[in-house]
Amino acid sequence: MLEIRNLHARLTDGREILRGIDLLVEAGEVHAIMGPNGSGKSTLAAVLAGRDGYQITEGAVTYLGRDLLAMPAEERACGGLFLAFQYPVEIPGVNNMYFLRAALNAQHRHRGEPELDAGQFLRAVRAKLKFLDIGEDLLQRAVNVGFSGGEKKRNEIFQMAMLEPRLAILDETDSGLDIDALRAVARGVNQQRAPDRAILLITHYQRLLGYVEPDRVHVLQGGRIIESGDKDLALELERRGYGALGDAA
Amino acid sequence: MTASSDTVRTVRSLSQEGYKYGFVTDIEADEAPPGLTEDTVRFISAKKEEPEWLLEWRLAAFRAWRTMTPPNWAKLHLAPIDYQAATYYSAPKQSAGPKSLDEVDPELLRTYEKLGIPLREREALAGVAVDAVFDSISVATTFKEELGKLGIIFCSMGEAVREHPDLVRRYLGTVVPQNDNFFAALNSAVFSDGSFAYVPPGVRCPMELSTYFRINAAKSGQFERTLLIADAGSYVSYLEGCTAPQRDENQLHAAVVELIAHEDAQIKYSTVQNWYPGDAEGRGGIYNFVTKRGACRGARAKISWTQVETGSAITWKYPSCLLEGDHSVGEFYSVAITNNRQQADTGTKMIHIGKDTRSTIVAKGISAGRGQNTYRGLVRVQPRAQNARNHTQCDSLLIGERCGAHTVPYIEVRNPSARVEHEATTSKISEDQLFYCRQRGLSAEDAVSLIVNGFCKEVLKELPMEFAVEAQKLLAVSLEGSVG
Repeated sequence: MLEIRNLHARLTDGREILRGIDLLVEAGEVHAIMGPNGSGKSTLAAVLAGRDGYQITEGAVTYLGRDLLAMPAEERACGGLFLAFQYPVEIPGVNNMYFLRAALNAQHRHRGEPELDAGQFLRAVRAKLKFLDIGEDLLQRAVNVGFSGGEKKRNEIFQMAMLEPRLAILDETDSGLDIDALRAVARGVNQQRAPDRAILLITHYQRLLGYVEPDRVHVLQGGRIIESGDKDLALELERRGYGALGDAA
Repeated sequence: MTASSDTVRTVRSLSQEGYKYGFVTDIEADEAPPGLTEDTVRFISAKKEEPEWLLEWRLAAFRAWRTMTPPNWAKLHLAPIDYQAATYYSAPKQSAGPKSLDEVDPELLRTYEKLGIPLREREALAGVAVDAVFDSISVATTFKEELGKLGIIFCSMGEAVREHPDLVRRYLGTVVPQNDNFFAALNSAVFSDGSFAYVPPGVRCPMELSTYFRINAAKSGQFERTLLIADAGSYVSYLEGCTAPQRDENQLHAAVVELIAHEDAQIKYSTVQNWYPGDAEGRGGIYNFVTKRGACRGARAKISWTQVETGSAITWKYPSCLLEGDHSVGEFYSVAITNNRQQADTGTKMIHIGKDTRSTIVAKGISAGRGQNTYRGLVRVQPRAQNARNHTQCDSLLIGERCGAHTVPYIEVRNPSARVEHEATTSKISEDQLFYCRQRGLSAEDAVSLIVNGFCKEVLKELPMEFAVEAQKLLAVSLEGSVG
């Protein structure tokens, strides 16, 4: 589903953040990407989602057989790539429901599928709300405005559930969550696991992985994946810390 | 895309019928020679077969105008206007416009399409020489009968002068005197036509009144004069303008609107202004100098202005409220967009005269391209205005690097019991917001439109429902190409 080969990316100021990433993610898999602060985790997420401000100097990314890096951000989204933001953005005055419906219908239009009318959309929303523990009041508020940290993250997972992506990238969705919110988020992620869907969990801590069991765990450091393994690698990291891996970088 | 010959025939016959309702007056094209003298004023008044008192009223305005100079305090850059080069009276000519939509600027047609304007209306808006919007005549006639049963008068200003001279004479110029300002004086001397409405005591007008339904509306734009009176305990909602871009061969526009709300009466006045803004360099756009003012004459009267200003090269406009009656209320909700080379200097004046008067100002300015957007607002509390309250919220949104937003509040308080609040914010559409929207599948332009509509929400929700939907589309179209 996703194949990253020797990906190098730098900021516009010339600093190289990604220094040769190789990663293969198959449909149905959950991969965790772990690493210390500044290792390039969020940059990887941003580059995959098509954020401006990065220069790709080397390498290639293939997504569902297409050249991902050649697609504008909205086309990647319409092609089923979803990014749950580490810092979800506030849009004052825009109703959360309205925003989501606009997004969903933009994706449907792009794929030549019929748009949902207000009634169909509301039914779909109600069905998803149940297991995410999100109050309906959240839907009537402006996008992320005045949301608590937990509410913002739950809202991201809710959007993911509604948009039903093929590849979901969760950028530190677990950071700053209390245990209830963490469980709700994990429930949402687990519910999204499906044979035709891949999930990339970017995280600093092992905590979330206690609730969402990854198929593969990768350690990112200095802009490279320095170690890969199964779920036990996460536990090992938790025990010995990232510092012990430093020498291998 | 031409009107079918059937339509043209029907329109012809309807508009001939229209004469007996007084909608169409001087179709025989006559033009005053360019320039403005007392003779021009006399010519206009004679053409309109006006009574002597109105001619004298116009002449008084003209004499005042001659002694005045154009205001220069607004933050607007424009070359001096040669008022003697303009033509001040020109009856609509059938042959003046394009013969069919095929002859109309394709750019304009694309915009109509985006706004979802029905085909027949597009012809009228583009000035195609069909002399009436097909549906409007019959609709207007039906409405007029229905309104008549309630004693509501709604007609052109010209008709009001003929049919209801006492009402016109009693109220005309009582809110905006002839010598109020340079442009109001000019309008008073040469006003072409406009709308008149009177709602009798205790009557709630059952529909939104709109100039849209008056076939002459498109042609009376240059020096439009509107007078609205809501008698004691009545209610009226009035819609002015239309979301479709309107072209006009006259670059200079100076309209005057006067509202009078008596005791316990309410007037809601909504405007969508989309005059031609000129090309990307600002060439050829309309100069729009408007004086709009409402007087809350009685206790508990309420006047509410809502405006969405997206057009014109220059906008100079301050819809205001004179809060004379005790407990009277004034509101001003505004969205002003400037894109490309557009300039807007707009805001309001809330004059608190009576006791316990309240006013609310919500102004949203959006600047894109090289647009310059100024909010200019006065809140004045007179010595007698015990317990006056005002809240002003003034927000600016910038799109791009070359535009400007300016806020110029004037607060004059002469009564210590007053409570006046002013909040202002300036923000930019952030890269983060755009990326967030695009990551969810929205195009950059849809994202801007979504963010802008969110920014304007407090104002848009004051518009009547259908108007609000149109206004949303209009905001999107007005900002096309502002991100790239």
